[in-house]
Amino acid sequence: MSAETKVPTTERAWRTGASYLAGQLRQIGLFIALIVIVLVFQGLTGGVTLSSRNVSNLVVQNSYILILAIGMVMVIIAGHIDLSVGSVVAVIGALAGVLNSKHGVPWWATILLCLVAGAVIGAWQGYWIAYFKIPAFIVTLAGMLLFRGLAQILLHNTQISPFDDAFRKIGSGFLPDLGHGTSYFEPLTMILAVVAVVALVLQAVRTRRSRAVNGLSLEPLPWFVLKNAFMAVLILGVAWLLATYRGTPIVLVILGVLVVGYSAVMASSVFGRQVYAIGGNLRAAELSGVNTRRVTFLLFVNIGVLAALAGLVFTAQLNLAGPSAGDGFELDAIAAVFIGGAAVTGGVGTIGGAIVGGLIIGILNNGMTILGLGTEWQQFIKGLVLLAAVAFDVASKRRAGRAIS
Amino acid sequence: MAEDTILEMRSITKEFPGVKALDDVTLKVRRGEVHAICGENGAGKSTLMNVLSGVYPHGTYDGEIVYDGQECRFGSTHDSERAGIVIIHQELALSPYLTMAENVFIGNERSRRGWISWNRTERDAKQYLERVGLHDNPGTRVLDLGVGKQQLVEIAKALAKDVELLILDEPTAALNDDDSSHLLDLILELKAEGVTSILISHKLNEIKKVADSVTIIRDGRTIETLAASSAEVTEARIIRGMVGRDMTHRFPEREPRIGPELFRIEDWTVHHPLDRERVVVDHANLRVHAGEIVGIAGLMGAGRTELAMSVFGRSWGTGISGTAYKRGERVDLRTVHAAVEHGIAYATEDRKQYGLNLIDDIARNVSAAGLRKLAHSGWVDANAEHVVAERYRRDMNIKAPSVNAVVGKLSGGNQQKVVLSKWMYTDPDVLFLDEPTRGIDVGAKFEIYTIIHQLAAAGKGIVMISSELPELLGMCDRIYTISEGVVTAEVAREDATPERLMQYMTAVKEEDHE
Repeated sequence: MSAETKVPTTERAWRTGASYLAGQLRQIGLFIALIVIVLVFQGLTGGVTLSSRNVSNLVVQNSYILILAIGMVMVIIAGHIDLSVGSVVAVIGALAGVLNSKHGVPWWATILLCLVAGAVIGAWQGYWIAYFKIPAFIVTLAGMLLFRGLAQILLHNTQISPFDDAFRKIGSGFLPDLGHGTSYFEPLTMILAVVAVVALVLQAVRTRRSRAVNGLSLEPLPWFVLKNAFMAVLILGVAWLLATYRGTPIVLVILGVLVVGYSAVMASSVFGRQVYAIGGNLRAAELSGVNTRRVTFLLFVNIGVLAALAGLVFTAQLNLAGPSAGDGFELDAIAAVFIGGAAVTGGVGTIGGAIVGGLIIGILNNGMTILGLGTEWQQFIKGLVLLAAVAFDVASKRRAGRAIS
Repeated sequence: MAEDTILEMRSITKEFPGVKALDDVTLKVRRGEVHAICGENGAGKSTLMNVLSGVYPHGTYDGEIVYDGQECRFGSTHDSERAGIVIIHQELALSPYLTMAENVFIGNERSRRGWISWNRTERDAKQYLERVGLHDNPGTRVLDLGVGKQQLVEIAKALAKDVELLILDEPTAALNDDDSSHLLDLILELKAEGVTSILISHKLNEIKKVADSVTIIRDGRTIETLAASSAEVTEARIIRGMVGRDMTHRFPEREPRIGPELFRIEDWTVHHPLDRERVVVDHANLRVHAGEIVGIAGLMGAGRTELAMSVFGRSWGTGISGTAYKRGERVDLRTVHAAVEHGIAYATEDRKQYGLNLIDDIARNVSAAGLRKLAHSGWVDANAEHVVAERYRRDMNIKAPSVNAVVGKLSGGNQQKVVLSKWMYTDPDVLFLDEPTRGIDVGAKFEIYTIIHQLAAAGKGIVMISSELPELLGMCDRIYTISEGVVTAEVAREDATPERLMQYMTAVKEEDHE
């Protein structure tokens, strides 16, 4: 310690700062990639990408993939996978159609029943995976076929529409306009954004203070300030764009609650820890007293419920339940998770990473659509991005590994 | 100058970002000798061998390698193998689902124009396998062999590559005494046939047995090269070179203070999970008192680990019967969770597979078993966790920059301290320690012994499983011997000798009926 203090303080600060940033490379890299992609499309599309209307659309149209990505990243951290979510979206859409559109079940009861159905589907798959010990890949591959078939059976291979207005709100509704359409921007959105920023900053300061009290290492102060300022600007900026269009989409509120809640669960609940422990080393977790079967089972119940929610949002947005709904969603969700830095072998990944990964995919889709690129090119480019993201991961891990072994 | 040098490594320096793993290391090996390399974990032995065999290609290190009178610049292990240098790593490189014959020729297939010649494969494999003393059918899958035989397949594989210089990295670490001595004999036989060997080993008695010279490496530097056969080169002498000081006491001093009975099992019987008919632990009785260190001695496969794991929440085996008593009261240890709740801990013999989440940090590994103590209604207090982990890092002397260091990057001794910390944090009364010093260097062993003594002094009951008899004799107050799942004897410290223990460990069941 005493030797260290002899180094000039500025130089030392630079050095520790630089090495700290190197440690955060993955996170920062992901954010920078997102920003670069946004800016590139902003330029290519002549400013359309960051227009109020388009940002609002981006949020709404990617919400269901982001919801799926939350469930998926948890499953992948535990070392499993879920290929069935796209089909679950379809079967839940079909169920919602039968209930709400055909039989006039009220919106809230439809939502409740569909979420319960999602939990049952999750429990079904979770049982085979956790207690019967069939690999998740197989069980959910079967589920993919099973639930796609079930959706078609429920729909008699046709489409169901329309849904009632209240139901449609969870997909395409907005929070009430406090300005009654008269103000230049929608006040509620800005109020919510300010509240969110204040909460974020308070929480960050509180955590930092309590770490300091316990004598734990702190992030370098400039980095701490910069990071939180960046987040604040980001939130306020997006809110401003939304406020100058139609205000806050209801799905954004749902998504916000999910992201905050699940991030907390994964970072600091016993359950979240056990998920990481299982993914890192299943046998060691078992021998540490973790009820690995129960945790695995609950993870699949959870992704079942989230897939059902995604199905509701998607169906409400289209105002239509179709037999091919959700086709390929599982692949977008899985890609989002891996772009977000999760490891195929389990034990690694974050909710935040998966969300940023999902946004990268969403912005690519959106930008390329605006540019008029066909789906063939969209697929092609998304494939390259996925590979590049994981290659970057592997390369940086290899560099870190060399440093020590 | 009459000495014929097969290999000379001159001034080898290998740096990793921030670490100098090898610093001006020199190694000279004579043709036809068995040359041992010893040093503590992390001293740089494996790095040196990786440089030699081309795992770290030419250009990534400084210095030069002269082999057979020529300077070598290996770009890969393929290059070094072509020169006749074959390395057998600690983790065996066999493909479990392939046969012995196929494994012998992996990467070196007996083929014509890209098509495998199965007849030649089988015929030649048989020849190489017999040369290492394996008379099993070459069509046997490697999966179905014991570790000892697998090690021999590795050597056959090296012979198939026309090996001139064979490097063995801790070849006996996972072997029992029988297999070890067979392997060592084989090394001597190969020597008689003209194969030069480099043997990396922690086991000093082995070195004394087979090596002609010993090179000692400490902190990435060559300390000295000794003639192993000379009488002055004793185990103590080698240890002094390795740790840089005299280690007169291999075991710390202890004054046992033994209290009342803490834990006991009666009539404990366990069956094999895959073969329900097979009895692995047979009506075992065992007890441990507060403050006592009890040893379990047995050969590989005798049922030691199986006994401990079946007690610990039935984490091994099926058809488990028998009763467990804690402080005289019957306890139900049906799940690991229940066992932990009853104050039982089991520190595994296989840290990497069963003990640690290698990709996570020290803090989270330490808290893994006692996480509930750190949680309030399901939410973990991460700060408190850090404080706890920090305390163990200091108390246990875990060498790492911080508790955020990833466990997979620590040395074996430090990993073992993390495992012990994890269980100590659950505040157990009874600790089953399965091979607590396996793969750990001499200095760290002493530290682990000291920790075990402290636990016993705190009134905990310790059950220690070990393959090393001197360790049991040096540490335990009482030793149970187990053979083929049967507890064959209970020997007090005063009466225990290696010969006596070995006799009970190899005792065969006289009658096989009920």
